Amino acid sequence: MKITVEHLNFYYGAKKALTDISIEMKANEVTAFIGPSGCGKSTFLRTLNRMNDIIPGARVEGSVKIDGADLYASGTDAVLLRRKVGMVFQKSNPFPKSIFENVAYGLRINGMAKGRELAEQVEASLKAAALWEEVKDRLHDPAMALSGGQQQRLCIARALAVRPEVLLMDEPASALDPIATQRIEELIYVLKKDYTIVIVTHNMQQAARVSDATAFFWMGKLIEFGPTPSMFTGPREKLTEDYITGRFG
Amino acid sequence: MKFRLTTGAIASVIVFIVAGIAWTLWDQAALAIHKFGWQFWQTSIWDPVSGEFGARPFIWGTLYSAILAILISTPIAIGIAVFLSDWCPASLRAPLVFVTELLAAIPSIVYGLWGIFVLVPAVREFQVALPDWIRAMPMFSGPPVGVSMLSAALVLAIMIIPYTSSIAREVLKSVPATQREAAYALGATRWEATRVALHYARTGIFGAVMLGFGRALGETMAVTMVIGNNPQVKWSLFAPQYTMAAVIANEFSEAADELHLDALVEIGLVLFAITLIVNVGSRLLLWQMNRERKPKQRATAPAEEAA
Repeated sequence: MKITVEHLNFYYGAKKALTDISIEMKANEVTAFIGPSGCGKSTFLRTLNRMNDIIPGARVEGSVKIDGADLYASGTDAVLLRRKVGMVFQKSNPFPKSIFENVAYGLRINGMAKGRELAEQVEASLKAAALWEEVKDRLHDPAMALSGGQQQRLCIARALAVRPEVLLMDEPASALDPIATQRIEELIYVLKKDYTIVIVTHNMQQAARVSDATAFFWMGKLIEFGPTPSMFTGPREKLTEDYITGRFG
Repeated sequence: MKFRLTTGAIASVIVFIVAGIAWTLWDQAALAIHKFGWQFWQTSIWDPVSGEFGARPFIWGTLYSAILAILISTPIAIGIAVFLSDWCPASLRAPLVFVTELLAAIPSIVYGLWGIFVLVPAVREFQVALPDWIRAMPMFSGPPVGVSMLSAALVLAIMIIPYTSSIAREVLKSVPATQREAAYALGATRWEATRVALHYARTGIFGAVMLGFGRALGETMAVTMVIGNNPQVKWSLFAPQYTMAAVIANEFSEAADELHLDALVEIGLVLFAITLIVNVGSRLLLWQMNRERKPKQRATAPAEEAA
C-alpha cells in the first residue's frame, strides 16, 4: 500500500468537514474521488500533502501514512513532504514566468539541479507531460501565452520536475475543452506507470475511464470504495448507485 | 443613450479641468515664460531682488527628495505589506492595518512640527556623530544644521509608507491562492511562497510605489518645514535645499512684483509637467509589463459547472 489513511477527521474551525475516513491506495494505480460538490473530496485530497496546513483554523485527527510514514507525526516536515507529493490544481496556475522557468522553479528552490542538468531535467519533465513537442522552440515565451490545456500540462510538468512519488490532481480537466481533457486523461494513463495518482473529479465518465479504484464521498464521509469497474457496474451502497446513475448530485 | 451622454459629459469635465489648470498656469506665468524661455529649467539663480529666476535647484530638490523618500520607504512599505498579508497572526492584523492607515490621516503640518522638534535635532546629532572620513564625502558634507535634504526625505518617507503599504497589501491579497499553493506543492517554504506572490503582484506593487512617488513630489508643508529652504543643487544629504512646492508656499504671498509672481506660477507649471510626466511614464511602464505577462488571451471552454 502506498497511502494508508486511518480514521481521519478534519475540521475547518468548529465545522467538521471529514468524518472517520479510512482508505488504502495502491502504488502505480489511479484512484479517483467522486461525489457531489462540498462532499469533502477536495479537502481530503489536500490532507494528503498537508496543503490544508496553510488554512487558518484547520485541524486533523487520525493518521495518513505514505510508505508507512505518518504525515501528521510531529517530526514530519511539511515542506519536504510536499516535494514527494506533487499536486495539480483545478485551474491551471502557471507562474507569470517563462515556460522554462515554470518547470525549473521547483528544481531551483529545492536546489536539485543547475545549468545544463537543469535544462535536461526541464526537458525531461516537459516530455513526461507530453508538452515538449509543442513548446521546445519557445521555452522562453511566457507561460500565460499557452492555451488552457497546454497550461495544465505545463503545471503537470512543473509538478513532475521535483520527482514526486505521488501525484494529486484536483479536477485537473474541469476547465478544459474535450480534446484537451482527452490529452490529460491519456497522460494520466501513461504517468501511472511511474506515479501513484489520486484524482478528484466531478465527471463520472472520466473516473470510469482513467481510474483503477474509485472512492465515493458524500457529506464528508467515505461511502464506498472499490475497484472502478465494480463501483460503476454493481455498487454496494444505494447512495453510490443513486449518485452514479445521476439521481442526485 | 441619454445615460451615456450624461456620464460622458461629466467625464469630459475632468479633461477640461486638467486642461484648464494647465492653461491658467501657462497664462499666469506668461511674463516669466516670455522672459526666460527654456533657460528657466536650467538656471540655478533665484534672485527676486535683481529679477533673475531659474527653477533648477527646485526641480532638483523636488526630485531628489522624492527619490530618496521612495528608496527609504519602499522596502519598509513592502515589508509591512508582506507581514500583514502573509505572516501576521489574524488577531494582530486589523489593529496593525488600522495603525498604518492612521498614519495617512495625520495632517502634513503635524508631520512638519514633529520633523522640526524630533527629526531635525536627531539628524543633526547623527551628522555630528559621524566619523570625519564619512563627513568628508560629498554625500555627507556640510555644516550640521539639521534642516536638510535628509530630514525632508525621512519625513516624506514616513508620510508615503501608509499609501504604498496599503496598496501593496491589497495587491498581495488579490494574488490567487493557487499561486502560493502551487509553490507550496513544489516544496516551497513560507518565505518562498511569499516571493512567488510578490513576483505575481509586481506590477501592482510598482503602481503602489509610483503612487507614493507622486505624493512625495507634491508634498508641501512638512517638507517646507524641515528642508532648510535654500535653493542649491547639492548631493549632500545634510545640505539645506528647496523644493518647487516649498518655494511656492513660502514666497507666493510675499511676491511683490509681477515677474516674481509669474516665476512662481511657472514653477507650479513645471511641477505640474513633471508630475504628469512621472504619471504617464509609470502608466506606460505598467502597460508594458502587463503586455509581457499576457501577450494574448486564448479562449478555453468554460469550466464545467459543479453538479
